[in-house]
Amino acid sequence: MKKFIPYIVTLAVLLFLNVSVNAQCKGFAKKLCKLELTGYIHDGNYHAAILTEGEEAELYKTFYSGQNYRIAVCGSETLPAIEFQIIDAYKNVLYDNRQHDVSIVWDFNLESSQQLKIVVKVPVSAQKSEYPKSGCVAIMFGFQEK
Amino acid sequence: MQQNYFTLRLISFIMLTGLFLLGNSCKSGNKGQEGKEVGIEDFLSEEDIFDDIDKAKKIFYSLPSPLETAMLLKSAGVEYNETVLNDLAGVEKYSTNKSKALNLGIYTTDLSFASLFDQAQTSLKYMDVTKRLANEMGISDAIDEETIKRLEQNLDKRDVVMDIISETFLNSSSYLKENDQQDVAAIVLVGGWIEGLYIGTQMIGNQFVAGSKLVDRIAEQKLSFSIVERMLQDNSKKITGEENRDIVDLINELHALKAAFDKIEVQTSAVKIDEKDTAKVTVLKSQTKINVTPEAFAELQAAVKSLRNNFVQ
Repeated sequence: MKKFIPYIVTLAVLLFLNVSVNAQCKGFAKKLCKLELTGYIHDGNYHAAILTEGEEAELYKTFYSGQNYRIAVCGSETLPAIEFQIIDAYKNVLYDNRQHDVSIVWDFNLESSQQLKIVVKVPVSAQKSEYPKSGCVAIMFGFQEK
Repeated sequence: MQQNYFTLRLISFIMLTGLFLLGNSCKSGNKGQEGKEVGIEDFLSEEDIFDDIDKAKKIFYSLPSPLETAMLLKSAGVEYNETVLNDLAGVEKYSTNKSKALNLGIYTTDLSFASLFDQAQTSLKYMDVTKRLANEMGISDAIDEETIKRLEQNLDKRDVVMDIISETFLNSSSYLKENDQQDVAAIVLVGGWIEGLYIGTQMIGNQFVAGSKLVDRIAEQKLSFSIVERMLQDNSKKITGEENRDIVDLINELHALKAAFDKIEVQTSAVKIDEKDTAKVTVLKSQTKINVTPEAFAELQAAVKSLRNNFVQ
């Protein structure tokens, strides 16, 4: 029985790490990323996850005409600058933050309502390290009446 | 030898469990097609955006939150009418996890709606029932006494009130999602979204006018309905592989709404951006074709009413 103790301890540590990392992600979104929406009302939705270098995430949302929107895509300090693209149903890339100094935010409004896809990518860091870096990535939306 | 094999299996299990718990489930792959031109005469329907969905990636589905729903109603010309809001006394009845989650969404939309129309006392009452439901669902830190106090002190400042509502909703949704209750978070969102549809369709009553701002806004919810379907489908199985009864029941309850939306046409053209436009806010230029007959709208109204009445019972 004694020989299983290290494994049980490892599992307990992993469980603890998961809870702790999640709590950090929540705090990161609420305390840091939300600040990027200043001037807009945050919609209250929470979209955040731990991503590793090279990983991508996608978000689907309907945006409505008659409102100004701001999207903020933030990554924690451990990660390289997060890249994101906004794509319409025809697969046209409407915005690519790599062409705008890897900006965290983009402000837009729509002549007519549209479903859009947001593709978020954690690029692989130029600095080589033994393990790929992981960290919190949050996608937040703010709106205001036009 | 057998012992070593067992130890190896155990280590593998722990490592796999660890990797799974840390949520690293994504694979990369670049599918961007920058600069592709599509004629504005081509229109697509609401399902096309999901064509190349990559399930290996982390996928988020975002519905209009209760706050955004209330804002969309107001900007479409809806006027305040307290009689359409869910009865405050109803909070006593909600005993199941599903009914609590649905009505947390419903009350949050009602709270947002009342706040947008500067209904101070009503907003306080709806914040109270929202707090009570959140507490019963174990989300005690979503709305604390400090939040209520801050709301009381700022009832005449709409921006602050909206910020408080946004924060309380963020607290609930982040708590649920980070405690492996994404399914409950999805039910809350569906409840709030249906309440918005209910308020909107009730306000029109029998005064249907094709092409009016509110009718179009309600018809455009078909675009969000396809997101609702996918979000619920993604949560229809528990982490153990077992069927999630609450979600499966909710999917079945939405069949009449789906049938009603199927009779409404919403097609969108490709988006164009004026590259020379240097304004701070980029305008996405496109067209939407909406075709909704009085009969189709009446069917939608009836489906929403029946669904919402079942939720608040």
